[in-house]
Amino acid sequence: MSFNLIDFLLSFLDMTVLDYANEVWGDQPWLSPLLSVIYIVVIATVVLLLVFVVGWTERKVLARMQDRIGPNRVGGRYGMLQMVADVVKMMTKEVIIPAGADRWAYLAAPVVSLATSILLFAVLPLAPGVVGVNLPSGIFYVMAISSVSIVGLLLAGWGSNNKYALLGAFRAVSQLVSYEVPLMITLLVPVILAGTLSLVSIVEEQTIPYFFYVPLAGIIFFISILAETGRSPFDLLEAESEIIAGFHIEYSGMYFGLFMAAEYIAIMFMSALFATVYWGGYNFFGLEDLVLANGFAIGRPIGFISLIVKIAIAFFIFMWVRATLPRFRIDQLLDFNWKLMVPLSLVLLFVVVLLNKAIDVYAPGITEFGRMSIHLLSNVIIGIVVLEIMRRRARRKREAEEGPDAGGWRMEPVLAESDETQLAHAD
Amino acid sequence: MFGEILRGLGTTFKHMLQPPVTIQYPEIKRPVRPRFKGRHVLERYDNGLERCIGCALCAAACPADAIFVEASENTDEERYSPGERYASTYEINMLRCIFCGYCEDACPTQAIVLKHNYEMSFYDRTSAIYTKEKLLVDLAEGAEPAPRQVEPGTYDRAIPEMEDPV
Repeated sequence: MSFNLIDFLLSFLDMTVLDYANEVWGDQPWLSPLLSVIYIVVIATVVLLLVFVVGWTERKVLARMQDRIGPNRVGGRYGMLQMVADVVKMMTKEVIIPAGADRWAYLAAPVVSLATSILLFAVLPLAPGVVGVNLPSGIFYVMAISSVSIVGLLLAGWGSNNKYALLGAFRAVSQLVSYEVPLMITLLVPVILAGTLSLVSIVEEQTIPYFFYVPLAGIIFFISILAETGRSPFDLLEAESEIIAGFHIEYSGMYFGLFMAAEYIAIMFMSALFATVYWGGYNFFGLEDLVLANGFAIGRPIGFISLIVKIAIAFFIFMWVRATLPRFRIDQLLDFNWKLMVPLSLVLLFVVVLLNKAIDVYAPGITEFGRMSIHLLSNVIIGIVVLEIMRRRARRKREAEEGPDAGGWRMEPVLAESDETQLAHAD
Repeated sequence: MFGEILRGLGTTFKHMLQPPVTIQYPEIKRPVRPRFKGRHVLERYDNGLERCIGCALCAAACPADAIFVEASENTDEERYSPGERYASTYEINMLRCIFCGYCEDACPTQAIVLKHNYEMSFYDRTSAIYTKEKLLVDLAEGAEPAPRQVEPGTYDRAIPEMEDPV
C-alpha cells in the first residue's frame, strides 16, 4: 500500500490516521516517534484553540444567566470572534516586569502553568484506540502533573514582588493542597472499581458509568475539581473584591493571557477527567465498540463526539455553579474540606474497597447491574447518615449560639429598666 | 444547605431561558418620560418670531450660573421677537447646567424649554457652550425667518401677549 492523499484525508474523518500511517509505511523505527510528535503538536494546538470556544461559551452562558446578552459585536451577531479580538489585544500589549520582581520566577510562572495544563491531555483517551500515551499508571500521572501546576501559581505570587500576589499565592497553595486530598481519594474510587490505574482501561471497564455506582464520590470529585481549578465558588485565589486578581495581578499582555489559557485548559481537562472516570468517557452505550467490531472505523468519531458532549455538560455545570453561588470565606473553605469532604471521601473509599472485595468473595458471578445496585445502596445510606449528622451538628451549633429555648428573636434588656434596678439597689 | 443550593441553581437556569433585558442603546433608544428634563431649546411663535425677549430671568434663576443672556432693542426694520427687546446673545454652558429646570419656570414667555435630547457630549470645553444658533428651534413650515421688517406699530408691548401675538 502506497501513500494516497485522498485516503490520508479520509483517515482523518475516521480518526484512523495512525493506523493509516502504519499500513502505508509498515513497522519503521522512525514512525512511532514521528507520529507521537505529530499527535502532541495537534493536541496542544487544538486544545489552545479550544480556549477561544470555551471562553466565548462561558461569557455567553454567564451573560444569559444574568439576563444580559454577552459579547455580540465582534464577528457577527453572536460575537463569535470576541475572544480572538481579546487575544489580539493582549498580544499587542506590553509585558511589564515590575521593579524588584524575581525575573526568572516571574517569567517562568505562566509557562509552568500552561505547560502542566497541556501535559495532562497526554493520557486522556479521546476515542477507542486514540490516546496519547496509554500509561499503565495514567491516574498517577494526572495526580503528579496537576500537583505541579501549583508551583506555577506559587512562582507567580513570589516572583511578582507584590503583597496581593503573594497573598493570592498563599491562598492558592492552601486551597489547592487541601482539595487535592478529596480529589485524589475520589479518583481512587473508580480505580478500585476498575482494578486498574490506566485511564483507557477504566473507560473500557465502565459498561455502566461509575457515577451510578458511587454518586456521592462523583459529587465530591466534582466539587474538588471546582476548587482545584480555582473556579467560583472556590475562586479565593483570585478574589477580585479582596485581593484584586491574586497571583496574576502583576501580569499584563499575553503573559496574563497564558494564565487565562492555562485556567481554561485545566477546566477542560478536569471536565474531561470527570467525564472519563465517572461518566464512561467515550462510551456511548457500547455503540462505538459494536460499530468498530463490525469493521467500521466510524465508531471512533461516535466515541469522540460522545466524550465531547459529556465534557460540554460537565463544563456547563462549571459555568452554572459559577453563575449561582457566592464565594466562600477562607475558613469556610477549609472547614468544608477538612471536616466534611476528606472524612466523607475516606469513608467512601473504605466502604467501596470492602464492598468490592466482599462481592468478589461471596458473589463472584454477580452481574454488573447487581454490583452497581449494592454500591449505590451503600452510597445512599452513607449520604443519608451524613446529612443527618450535619443537620444535628448545625442544630447543636445554633443552640449553643442562641441558647436552648431561643425560638426566634431574643429581646435585649432595655437600658432604662436596668437603670431602674440599679437605682433600686442603690436605695 | 443543599436544598438552597439546588434552588439557587434552579433560579439561574430559569433566568438563562428568559430573554435578556439589555437594550442595545445606540441602535435602540428607549423613549424618555414626558416630563424628562433634557437639553434646552429656545422656542418660537408659530409665525417664526422668537419667544425670548432677553429679560435674563432664566440667568437669574439659574442656580449653577450656566446661562448668559445679552439683550438688544428690537426695531421695526429688524424685529426678532414681539417684545421690546430680544436676546442678541444667549449661551448655556452645558458643563455647568444641572438640568433643574428653574430657567423653564422663570421664563415669562415660555421661550426656554427642557426637551428630551440627552445626547450631549463634547471633546473640548468651548463646544460645551451652546449658543443661540444651536438652541433655537428650526423654523416651522412656511414661517418667515426671525429678523424681519414689520409695519410700525404692529408690536407695541414691552412684554408680548402670551398667546400667539399676531
